[in-house]
Amino acid sequence: MPSPSALSSVNDFVIRFANVNGSGSASANELFARSVLRMGVPVSPRNIFPSNIQGLPTWYEVRVSGEGHLGARGGIDMMVAMNPQTWDKDVASIEPGGYLLYDSTKPLPKSKFRDDINVIGVPLTAITNSTYTDPRQRQLFKNIIYLGALSALLDVDPKVIEQLISEQYKGKEKLLSSNVHALHLGRDYALQNLKCPIGLRVQKSDKVGDRIFIEGNSAAALGAVYGGATVCAWYPITPSSSLADAFTSHCKRLRHDPETKKAKYAIVQGEDELASIGIVIGAGWNGARAFTATSGPGISLMQEFIGLSYFAEIPAVIMDVQRAGPSTGMPTRTQQCDIISTAYASHGDTKHVLLFPEDPAEAFEMAAQAFDLADRLQTTIFLMLDLDIGMNHRLCRPLKWDDARQYDRGKIMTAEMLDAGRDFGRYLDVDGDGVPFRTYPGTHPTKGSFFTRGTSRDRYARYTEEGPAYQDNMQRLLRKFETAKDLVPRPLQANADKPTKYGVIYFGSTSPAMDEAIGLLEARGHRLDRLRVRAFPFHSSVASFIAEHDFVYVVEQNRDSQLRSLIVNECSIDPVRLVPILHYDGTPITARFIAGAIGDHLDALKITPLRKVVS
Amino acid sequence: MTYVVKPKFHHPDLPKNKLGYTHRDYEGKVSTLCAGCGHDSITASIIEACFELSIEPHRVAKISGIGCSSKTPDYFLGNSHGFNSVHGRMPSVLTGANLANRDLIYLGVSGDGDSASIGFGQFAHCMRRGVNMVYIVENNGVYGLTKGQFSATADRGSKSKRGVVNSDNAIDMSGIALQLGASFVARSFSGDKTQLVPLIKAAIEHQGAAFIDVISPCVAFNNHAGSTKSFDYVREHNEAVNFLDFITGRQPIHVDYAPGTVEMVEQHDGSVLALRKINAEYDVHDRQAAMSFLHHHAAKGQIVTGLLYVEQDAEDLHTHLNTVPAPLNTLGEKDLCPGSASLEKINAALR
Repeated sequence: MPSPSALSSVNDFVIRFANVNGSGSASANELFARSVLRMGVPVSPRNIFPSNIQGLPTWYEVRVSGEGHLGARGGIDMMVAMNPQTWDKDVASIEPGGYLLYDSTKPLPKSKFRDDINVIGVPLTAITNSTYTDPRQRQLFKNIIYLGALSALLDVDPKVIEQLISEQYKGKEKLLSSNVHALHLGRDYALQNLKCPIGLRVQKSDKVGDRIFIEGNSAAALGAVYGGATVCAWYPITPSSSLADAFTSHCKRLRHDPETKKAKYAIVQGEDELASIGIVIGAGWNGARAFTATSGPGISLMQEFIGLSYFAEIPAVIMDVQRAGPSTGMPTRTQQCDIISTAYASHGDTKHVLLFPEDPAEAFEMAAQAFDLADRLQTTIFLMLDLDIGMNHRLCRPLKWDDARQYDRGKIMTAEMLDAGRDFGRYLDVDGDGVPFRTYPGTHPTKGSFFTRGTSRDRYARYTEEGPAYQDNMQRLLRKFETAKDLVPRPLQANADKPTKYGVIYFGSTSPAMDEAIGLLEARGHRLDRLRVRAFPFHSSVASFIAEHDFVYVVEQNRDSQLRSLIVNECSIDPVRLVPILHYDGTPITARFIAGAIGDHLDALKITPLRKVVS
Repeated sequence: MTYVVKPKFHHPDLPKNKLGYTHRDYEGKVSTLCAGCGHDSITASIIEACFELSIEPHRVAKISGIGCSSKTPDYFLGNSHGFNSVHGRMPSVLTGANLANRDLIYLGVSGDGDSASIGFGQFAHCMRRGVNMVYIVENNGVYGLTKGQFSATADRGSKSKRGVVNSDNAIDMSGIALQLGASFVARSFSGDKTQLVPLIKAAIEHQGAAFIDVISPCVAFNNHAGSTKSFDYVREHNEAVNFLDFITGRQPIHVDYAPGTVEMVEQHDGSVLALRKINAEYDVHDRQAAMSFLHHHAAKGQIVTGLLYVEQDAEDLHTHLNTVPAPLNTLGEKDLCPGSASLEKINAALR
């Protein structure tokens, strides 16, 4: 009974699965995403989940995009409605002409549906109940059965799904065959009873290439392994816990001595975030590469130690997987809202280095680089992830490592250098770059020891409260921050094909939505040059980019335009030249949103204002 | 006093230890604490213990929090790296340092404000984890630097210098350390160096979490009548259960004690503790009995001192984490970086 307005599209649609948390749907849904990917069609899946273990609503959204758009799109073309709790909202959210797949075992009143969508019923409960007796099996296989039905409805190759299942259950033949059986129960029902395929279809393509499919948290953790991190201390907090978990599992695979089975790493689950950062700073002080993973509330708790790291100049890496604040905020929703609280973390005059990866591949690279930067600059480096990159699988370029690459351990004074008569002042700027030498504890019996403290001291680490000595040190720290500008990843600029007076600055997970929005804006006749900021402190090209344009949009996922504030403050930019484009409802930013907000603003510029009537 | 430079010359016949170092080589800067402060006696005991053990000073890492006690690492072992960290957070900083390099000796110095109030949680958790360290609390029952507020170890009913009576219950740091699983627990008194020095030596040799609660009177704010942490009060109420002679494994053990009064306790590293029993009933290997003994005597107003508990086969955090013997801070790319070939395999599994 498809209505005349049935949506029709090949390799370009959004499907959302509405499930109950803890019902085992996640693996079936992920299997769907992977099978589309294996057919060579790019997908970007997103988990939309509550702060809960079992029983609350959860959604899994897959954007299928032959064009390769990986940002969230907005709008739902097909809803797999498996959760009675959210039925009304789910049905209401379907685009007109879209599709609704539901469990038709129990008849529902007509009022529960809509006239302008295409309703597809599969008696999932009836099928499972007649096949399985174990309640848990009924629950789990129900998910695979709807996946089977979808494969027929959307023309997904069942062989591809079977292949994925066989990879997943390699060596567990019983589970393999029962999953394949369930898949065909659903598929056969759909083929025999429903019109297959529907208007939305998946067609084999070659748009995926050699790209990989990985979560940002896992990639960042792998970057820490490759970057030489040996100490990880952390405290569980969504959405960063999976980063520490991934580091643990990567280390178990990659960091044990093959003969002795001993660990070349130490992971401690701290009693809180204060202990975690304390352990990281103790390890950094003692010459190990150490990091913690946390989120906004953890950053708040770590403030005092971050100031110590800045002032006493101790390397540390903090991976901040941002979530919506303030306070507990929306723990399972994404934002880019810790920019100010990290850039200026702690009391007194402080500034810190931030890195903004756009996707898992960059999270891997920047995580590894963060340890070189921390050692080189002897301070805290923040890797600014967010829930959208961190906890969702994202298609990205393969991870690369140059085997010739060596770790930059920074300025370390060794026993040999001390014996050769080198003058050692822990806070002495010998090279003019603001970065002093340090010694590791235990280096030399009589030379090079010093007392590390958060109180003020002179160039030779001797306690002092003399104003000039204090200022001398604070000025050197500023010089060091200048040095950082040329060490951190530079912004990437992409210009419109024709000269334009307008620019846009963005960063982090906004990237795919921004790239797509450029195309949408061009279709509306607006051209923009774009600059993706990849680190703080800002490279000089940020200020020159702004200078080259009449005004510049700053797109970010927070309420208070935090990156804009930082640019205004650090680059002394007139605020009117930077127009904030803000998305902060906790959902990932979309191309539609960006193009709408910027497009409307640019359209408004073309309108001639009405003259006031003079009375 | 802060800016006084300590003269370096010394008597040519000062005794030397096995490494050829004198006492002076274990000293630090001139103390800036009040004249007569108990903490300075603890500093002297640490210097004595390290000298007698012939420890290379630079192989010790001294880590502290914030407060009078936490300043003291500047006053001993001037050739060691020191870290005066954050209030109440010495345990986490020390834990991290220890994870980075298991080959150094870790000496954590803290106070009762630092460890029993703001840092109570961190104190608890580093004991639970069994970090290989010597954790000394210089316990005076008051906040000295901020002019004499009660700390959490001040006994209920004790009187402040201004005459205020403390109505809060006291935290018994030794009792808590026992409960948390510390594998070496002792209590001593800064005024009794003969008791304290061997305890510090034994704690240094102990391969696990060693905790020493040292009652250390504050001459400025807590040494008056009505205080239970004054020199006079502690002397009058000190109930020592044993006296320790510390013998390293390499030295011959000569026993010239009366039979039945001495117990030889061998530690994991081969060092031996000759424990002269004062209380014949007291068993240093029974954690539960030790806790009960402490509580029982505390109720009578007595301060139990001596070696309270020792676990001979203690394990430390590195054992639990199964880390490699080489210090983690010495590992380079070869050990740490899995390389591009592994990454190719990882990529392949992610398609």
